[in-house]
Amino acid sequence: MTDVVIAGIGQTPVGEHWGTSLCSLAVQAIHAALEDAGGIKPQALFAANVLAPNLSRQAHVGTLLADYAGLTGIEAATIEVGGASGGAALRQAYLAVKSGLVEAALVVGVEKFTDGIGADLETAAATQTDNEYEAVHGITPTVQAALLARRYQHEFHLPADGLAGFPLTAHQNSIGNPYAMYHNQVALKTYQAAEPVCDPLNLFDIAPYADGAAAVLLTRLELLPSRLAHPVVRIAASASVSDTLGLHDRPDPLTFRAARQSVQTALDKAGLHLEQIDLFEYFDAFSIYAALSLEAAGFAPRGQGWKLATDGAIARTGQIPCATAGGLKARGNPLGATGVYQAVEATLQLQGRAGTNQIEGARAAMIQALSGPASLAVTHILESRE
Amino acid sequence: MEIARHWRLKEQRYNLTGTVCQACGEKSFPPRQICPKCGAESSTPFPFSGRGEVYSFTTIYEVPNGYEEQAPYTVALVRLEEGPLVTAQLTDLGDLQPEIGMPVEMVTRRLRSDGDERGMLIYGYKFRPVLIG
Repeated sequence: MTDVVIAGIGQTPVGEHWGTSLCSLAVQAIHAALEDAGGIKPQALFAANVLAPNLSRQAHVGTLLADYAGLTGIEAATIEVGGASGGAALRQAYLAVKSGLVEAALVVGVEKFTDGIGADLETAAATQTDNEYEAVHGITPTVQAALLARRYQHEFHLPADGLAGFPLTAHQNSIGNPYAMYHNQVALKTYQAAEPVCDPLNLFDIAPYADGAAAVLLTRLELLPSRLAHPVVRIAASASVSDTLGLHDRPDPLTFRAARQSVQTALDKAGLHLEQIDLFEYFDAFSIYAALSLEAAGFAPRGQGWKLATDGAIARTGQIPCATAGGLKARGNPLGATGVYQAVEATLQLQGRAGTNQIEGARAAMIQALSGPASLAVTHILESRE
Repeated sequence: MEIARHWRLKEQRYNLTGTVCQACGEKSFPPRQICPKCGAESSTPFPFSGRGEVYSFTTIYEVPNGYEEQAPYTVALVRLEEGPLVTAQLTDLGDLQPEIGMPVEMVTRRLRSDGDERGMLIYGYKFRPVLIG
């Protein structure tokens, strides 16, 4: 079988880039990835973006980015499936290369939140929910997460600060990531003192929306240039699963079915057991989603996922390191780009290029991008080839 | 403005009309053409009673456009007595603190206003506490 490998990666710092456009951010990430790939030319571009049609009045992002990246003439498409768009675009590129129809495919994720301000941001974010039965009631993705967090706390008797370990771990890990939005530790007492934003979620339970772009170039193993300056990482598995869009349409809202199924399928395809996964980049858009994702993946039983954050299991030295470059909470959440950032960060870990954040001996990384409350889940397993 | 869109939804918004599957009896809200339980394509309209209890709730302060007048407001997942969960705002709470398990009933209220003085007002279902006594 053809091995699909990551030939190059690129990313911009995540943050508020008032002086840089959607297009410029994406082009920076693309050029970094192409340079890292040692001159491979892509034949297709899959661009992940969610909010440009809303916040930047810009649809047709794929063609725009191919054009400004100097790649006019190649295939180009925009991939939008809400928050999981970056993971979905990676999967489209994987399928294209795996099929043999495309020799090298470029993935770029880009989001430009600061093209809007104030209520426009919540309005745009709410378009990811069911417009006629969720958004019309004034709810947003944050409300969905708060509803789940309240119910989770109720059913499993969490203390008020039961989810604190997720943001604390994320902030600990982002200090060593030069591309992260935040580089400060957060103390438990700071978390405990934070005002509720959407109760029971407080400021630290919610990953900040931010600008950013990340890119990955995929190709087949035999097409890699011989003088590549870094170790080779292969995509061992890719799986995407949908659930109901509306949170209210689930038989059990506290079970992330799509996340669970995509992990099982990915492990099967990779021929791996969960115990062989050395790090897990979960989609902690909200701290409760980290807990539910750990349970869905099988790292913890139902109602117990939060304990992995309080007992140190998700720390870099723990049993299953998570959010090793800061996760969404501390790296920032450039929505459509986030899944591509996860791929970049996991690749750095598997190449031994993660600096002070390096997980020693990491050989297999699982990354998972979610849309809202796992209305769609895309899971990839990346492996070092050495 | 989406006038036709909101008009089209009047049965759901004002009467909480969903569907019942003629094959398996599953009741759905929102209405479904394809039964989410058995996959049958034979569904007929079903008006829900509007009675239920709070499954979960939260209060939102940073609100989308069109909801500024109502902010902050409380949103809930309501478990209808016929089975489905519904996303909606809680209203008429007064001094009551919402809690999981609180009995609630559907009422019709303003959902959103388009802002300017000529903007459209959109009405639909919210849920209020059932006052026992």
